[in-house]
Amino acid sequence: MTDKKMVETLIYTKSESLTELGTHYCPGCTHGISHRLIAEVIDEMGVREDTIGIAPVGCAVFAYDYFNMDFAEAAHGRAPAMATGLKRVNPDKIVFTYQGDGDLASIGAAEIMHTAGRGENITVIFINNAIYGMTGGQMAPTTLPGQKTTSTPLGRDIEMHGFPMRMCEILSQLDGASYVVRRSLHNVANIRKAKKAIRQAFEVQRQGLGFSMVELLSSCPTNWGMTADEALKWVGESMVEAYPLGDYKVSPEIKGMKKGGGG
Amino acid sequence: MAKGRIVVKEMYCKGCELCTSVCPQDLIHMALDQLTPKGYHPAELVDPDGECTGCAICAVICPDSAITVYRMVPEDKVKTTTA
Repeated sequence: MTDKKMVETLIYTKSESLTELGTHYCPGCTHGISHRLIAEVIDEMGVREDTIGIAPVGCAVFAYDYFNMDFAEAAHGRAPAMATGLKRVNPDKIVFTYQGDGDLASIGAAEIMHTAGRGENITVIFINNAIYGMTGGQMAPTTLPGQKTTSTPLGRDIEMHGFPMRMCEILSQLDGASYVVRRSLHNVANIRKAKKAIRQAFEVQRQGLGFSMVELLSSCPTNWGMTADEALKWVGESMVEAYPLGDYKVSPEIKGMKKGGGG
Repeated sequence: MAKGRIVVKEMYCKGCELCTSVCPQDLIHMALDQLTPKGYHPAELVDPDGECTGCAICAVICPDSAITVYRMVPEDKVKTTTA
């Protein structure tokens, strides 16, 4: 041991890009973790004054109250269309949308598809928790086969209700998409990887390289009928199997970029 | 003396217990004799032997940014980072 003088230092505190308001999310909901990661990335990049977020309809509908920056609220599923307009008239701003699976994969399927197809220079944070949270836990397009929801009490039957949609795989097929990756929030190591991916997505936009999307596998303890800890375990066991993590599309220009910092 | 300590802001803590499950030293427990303004039992650091290292893993998993982490750092290496 050295005899250096030790001083107590602040290591971690709530991000400046989040407001003082406590969120309305249920205990253990990973929306809070995703909000935090986005806020920390914006802090680290120093772009809070130049960022415009777009809130969805769904549990995150009040995201504009929680982020301490410019925010707009879009009609259900139309966040990518709104982001297109905002980015085209403010090309020097960072524009991101924050959307759930009901918003992005169901009612907003057309908007996300065409926004990615046009290669709009925006960032999409896609929260996939395999259920409609706000409306009471009904089946979403991302619900796993056999998963019980309030509208599929016997479990999702693929003959009756079809198959889950894997948005990363679908969007990665579009030439306009530049950076499409899937990460998970079920443990600390994966949360750190998710933060790096969000940083990379924002850097892609900052350098004008086109459409970027980060899908985050998330939990919904209340509607899954689990404790917060059980819900994260279920994400790690069942959801990661159905929605494999990975980089689905990384355009050649991005591969030459310096890796995003943070984490 | 402990290398680190955490402060749980009761205004934000919703008692989800995720921090208790990830603490490598198993030092975070629910304060069953306390209630937050929202009516949850908050998490608290129980560290009589000064084992907290200030690793901030609890802060990384906390969905509500309720945890503030402090760590003892040599004077010449002081810099604030995010987890």
